[in-house]
Amino acid sequence: MTLRELTTPQQDYSYGYLDTYAKRELRRRTLKAIAIPGYQVPYASRELPIARGWGTGGLQVTLALVGPESVVKVIDQGADDSVNAANLRRFITRMSGCGTTTDTLQATLLQSRHRIPEEVMQEGQALILQVPDPEPLRAVQPDISKAAGMHADADYGQMWLGLYEQLVRFKQYVQGASYPSLVNGRYVISPSPIPRWDTPKLHQAPSLTLLSAGREKRLYAVPPYTEVRPLEFSDIPFQVEDQRGWVCKTTGAENKFMNELPQADGTAQYELSDSGYAEKLANEVAPGATYFDDQGRFYVDGFLKPPRRPA
Amino acid sequence: MLMASSNHRAARLDAPRLVQHPPLLRATGLTKRYGGRLAVDNVSLEVYPGEVLGVVGESGSGKSTLLRMLNLEEQPDAGTYTLHLDGIAGQDLFALDRFDRRQVQIQRIGVVYQNPHLGLRMRFTSSGNVAERLLIAGERSFETLRAAARESLSASEFPLDRMDDPPRVLSGGMQQRVQLAKALAMKPALLLLDEPTTGLDVSIQATVLDTLKRLQREREMTIVLVSHDLGVIRTLSDRVMVMRYGQVVEAGLTDQILDDPQHPYTQQLVHAKL
Repeated sequence: MTLRELTTPQQDYSYGYLDTYAKRELRRRTLKAIAIPGYQVPYASRELPIARGWGTGGLQVTLALVGPESVVKVIDQGADDSVNAANLRRFITRMSGCGTTTDTLQATLLQSRHRIPEEVMQEGQALILQVPDPEPLRAVQPDISKAAGMHADADYGQMWLGLYEQLVRFKQYVQGASYPSLVNGRYVISPSPIPRWDTPKLHQAPSLTLLSAGREKRLYAVPPYTEVRPLEFSDIPFQVEDQRGWVCKTTGAENKFMNELPQADGTAQYELSDSGYAEKLANEVAPGATYFDDQGRFYVDGFLKPPRRPA
Repeated sequence: MLMASSNHRAARLDAPRLVQHPPLLRATGLTKRYGGRLAVDNVSLEVYPGEVLGVVGESGSGKSTLLRMLNLEEQPDAGTYTLHLDGIAGQDLFALDRFDRRQVQIQRIGVVYQNPHLGLRMRFTSSGNVAERLLIAGERSFETLRAAARESLSASEFPLDRMDDPPRVLSGGMQQRVQLAKALAMKPALLLLDEPTTGLDVSIQATVLDTLKRLQREREMTIVLVSHDLGVIRTLSDRVMVMRYGQVVEAGLTDQILDDPQHPYTQQLVHAKL
């Protein structure tokens, strides 16, 4: 037996690209984030071969959690085939030897930008969201140390100010993304830039959701089966986007989140935002249960209340 | 019962007094330093319910620092501060923790700043600015917030058809009225006014003063008014405190101080009026 045989063979990169210390730190921070649902845990964001702002937060968490048996799905705005998603997927497989899929139900790790898939994710699956701005209080309190104090005191009254403005101007909640939500009755989070449509999906989800902002160096989590309540006024209930009557041009699906495709004649066509789900419908593979059924009913009874507009 | 009898005895033994209530605001020995500079030096004051106390002095005399401490925005280096109100009577407000201090500040004290940029969110609606106070205090019904904003804005004589305009498109006088409505939103026991009409032209200043005077009369509000404008002080306040270099040089009834000043600095101040 020679010394050469006993030592680890020389490699260009360590497994999963990040060095041991980085992975250990990220795993510890992830555990802390899961232990305190919704609390923003700071971490040392490492350099990666993609630029900050292109999903480095999500990528670091994925690289810290991925193993050879993992099956990874990467989504960008609902699509598996966008350049950004394809790049990240190729990088993760090359660095870890994991498998990939476009099927939500087959994946063990899902890294996503902007969307939560339409099919209900199961226990044991982890959704990793790339977050540009983790601080929900930024709009009302630009001073980050004061905002930290407000989080500590659960002093969230001013968060309703933004909603008040929306109701005054538009008579309904119009926030397109990052709809502020109260996690486990304690911390208000900005749930990445997922659309309002996806926000209720975090409530009592069987899967684990990790949200990581690489540029802002913050990591927070929604553990499985946790209360997540979108903020609302007591007399004006939270609503998802009104997409009634929007029909997918390729699959004919309804009451799922759609991309709007403006046409030259001024009309619009629609297509499913979740490309993995659309692929199943197109190939006539029976999809799993979805968060919103074909009539637009949410899978948790009574969570979404009938709409009410201010007088 | 015990309280009542001791009050009764005190009332019998004391010399006749105009005001039988205990003071609403009592601050003792307030001192604030910024580095080596003494901004407020051992100032004590008492304000009785329904009374307006004017604080006059030149720029840099410490009157604004005093007001910031009374609004619990700043901690003094020494001194105590109590408000005689249900739930917090006898409690030194500077000893409260951050959360309780903020609740007292929101629910019991209203403030109007000279510069509306300090007190208002310029890009949010005026009604939203007023509603913010109720939101922080825990109100979550949209209809209630609208009604409260409407009531408060009309009390400060703000035109209601503009209640959803942001303050940045309003005139200076209107911005001050929004600030006043915001200060009144929680029906505070104590109102602090920091040069509320400085920078407004004379006719607008007169109408804002009219509003303040009417509100004070109708609601019997307790006000601490900081100003360097003796006209404003004479119009509104019952008592005056003259400050210089962080100290109180003279205090007394408004007429007495302004018509017969005793301290050389007050004499100078009164006669410097154009």
